[in-house]
Amino acid sequence: MTPVMGGAFAVATIIKVVVAFTVLLLVVAITTVVERKVAAFIQDRSGPNRVGPWGLLQFAADGLKNIIKEETMPAGAVRPFFLLAPALAILPGTILFAVIPFASPLPTRWGLVEMIVADAPIGILYLLAIGSLGVYGVALGGWASGSKYALLGGLRGAAQMISYEVTLALSLIPLILLAGDVRVPEIVSMQQTFTAGPPTYAVWFLFPLLVGSFLFFVSGLAETNRLPFDLPEAEAELVTGYHTEYSAMKFSMFMIGEFAHVVTTAALVTVFFLGGWDIPFWGGDNIRVLSDGTVIGDPTWWKTILTLGAFSLKTATVVVVFIWIRWTLPRFRYDQLMDLGWKFMLEAVTAYILVMAGAILGIEAAGIEVGPLYAVILLGVNVVLAFLLLYVLDRGTIVRGAAHGRRYEARMAAVRVGSADPRAESGR
Amino acid sequence: MPGDVKVVERPIGQGSYVRAAAKGMGITLKHMLNPRKKTQQYPDEKWELAPRVRGTHRMAVHEDGRSKCVACGLCPTVCPVNCIKLVPAEDENGERYAAIYEIDEFRCIFCGYCQEVCPVEAIHLGVHYENSEYSRERWVYDLERLCEQEHPVTALWDPSDPASE
Repeated sequence: MTPVMGGAFAVATIIKVVVAFTVLLLVVAITTVVERKVAAFIQDRSGPNRVGPWGLLQFAADGLKNIIKEETMPAGAVRPFFLLAPALAILPGTILFAVIPFASPLPTRWGLVEMIVADAPIGILYLLAIGSLGVYGVALGGWASGSKYALLGGLRGAAQMISYEVTLALSLIPLILLAGDVRVPEIVSMQQTFTAGPPTYAVWFLFPLLVGSFLFFVSGLAETNRLPFDLPEAEAELVTGYHTEYSAMKFSMFMIGEFAHVVTTAALVTVFFLGGWDIPFWGGDNIRVLSDGTVIGDPTWWKTILTLGAFSLKTATVVVVFIWIRWTLPRFRYDQLMDLGWKFMLEAVTAYILVMAGAILGIEAAGIEVGPLYAVILLGVNVVLAFLLLYVLDRGTIVRGAAHGRRYEARMAAVRVGSADPRAESGR
Repeated sequence: MPGDVKVVERPIGQGSYVRAAAKGMGITLKHMLNPRKKTQQYPDEKWELAPRVRGTHRMAVHEDGRSKCVACGLCPTVCPVNCIKLVPAEDENGERYAAIYEIDEFRCIFCGYCQEVCPVEAIHLGVHYENSEYSRERWVYDLERLCEQEHPVTALWDPSDPASE
């Protein structure tokens, strides 16, 4: 069976676009309910439970309310940009989904349909390019509102997203080294068949790239403006930041944009590090479509459904972890955020690229074929690096502020020499 | 005096963010998985009210449906917030009755003095709290509406049983 061609390809793509984005928006809507449910459970409450079974239709009630509500436009707002910002906020999160493969290819009468909206040969580059567009909605919304809180929120958002964009992009380089391709379906099939010969070992890149997946996950949190990186919103200081002046459906669009970004980032973590739509311990789903149209494996319709289920389950798990983190960790202070981004994550990820490149080079120079041993060696290297990162570097590094070092040292020095008032040195 | 502000020296040099975060995640996970939730499902599941809860008023009635009020005028006198309006009248037998008896439940502070002072045990507070109306006028209960209330009346404090046991 060959992939669909010509007119059938166009029709299949249109159907995929419509279905995928409808489902994505529905999932995003349900995620808002899940967020509230998980938040409630963490706080020993029940959460929304009045609309529909277990409150699952709450999003419909919220949406209806937001459509009916009055739209306000602040006097100082710049009208065209004020209207444009919510659209820009919702766009990147949703179109990122285009290059994410969500199931194994589906055989139809007209040929094999790949379960990905657009199998771009530049997959990861597209993800990084579109992902960084997310900053425009935040910055523009904040600036166009004509409000100081919104402006501050927008500026913080811009600074934060640009800072963590660097780490996000760099943390994918070891992945590209390992997979040898930037096409996203190729990364998935690389994880399914991490071997040179016929026997198949599914090696999710979470294991050989443990530290990389951690760094990607943390920068993903920062990219989606979720706690502990929700400085652009910061209810307490900025009265919800860049969307302070927005009301009704425009506000709702910012929220949908944020949740779409969360779902898409969770899908990215799934695809890059959790094997995408791979079902563990089963070789039957190792279906690979090469870029020249050759199909390896045996695609059937029920495998498509099963793998879609596996992908959804993994993505949902990552989304719940996102929510779980949000309702646990407190927000970073702004200087801590910048410190963590530029003085910790960037160095860590740069060093990680060098070490991983060296390790991969060393393994291949030693003549070890791609396979389980290869993965175990990389896992060992990663466990050592994770120990260094989480135990040694973490000691006091992450929670310390930018101005802290000098002041703290001065104060401690004063204590050591027995000064009458150590506080005199601290400028208080 | 800023010099007297207490500065807490945190041992930041030894502190671990990751370990603290992991510990916090563990605590929240424990609560997330705990099936016992604290929320009371209010309209389905209501408070059990104590017998001495002071809520919406209720006027006691005779068997023929007339109110027991004799329009003595004690309750509007004792009311600390002036929420009772009483206009007395006499019928052909020379018995006094309330021609107009209105209680503004919005203004009432539910102190219970009216119930305590009533010589014929006509006006009572009730064990009832669910009041909501679409207009402020609806909060002024007239005599007919007070007589129609059906909730249990508030028990007065009994000196021989001071803790209500």
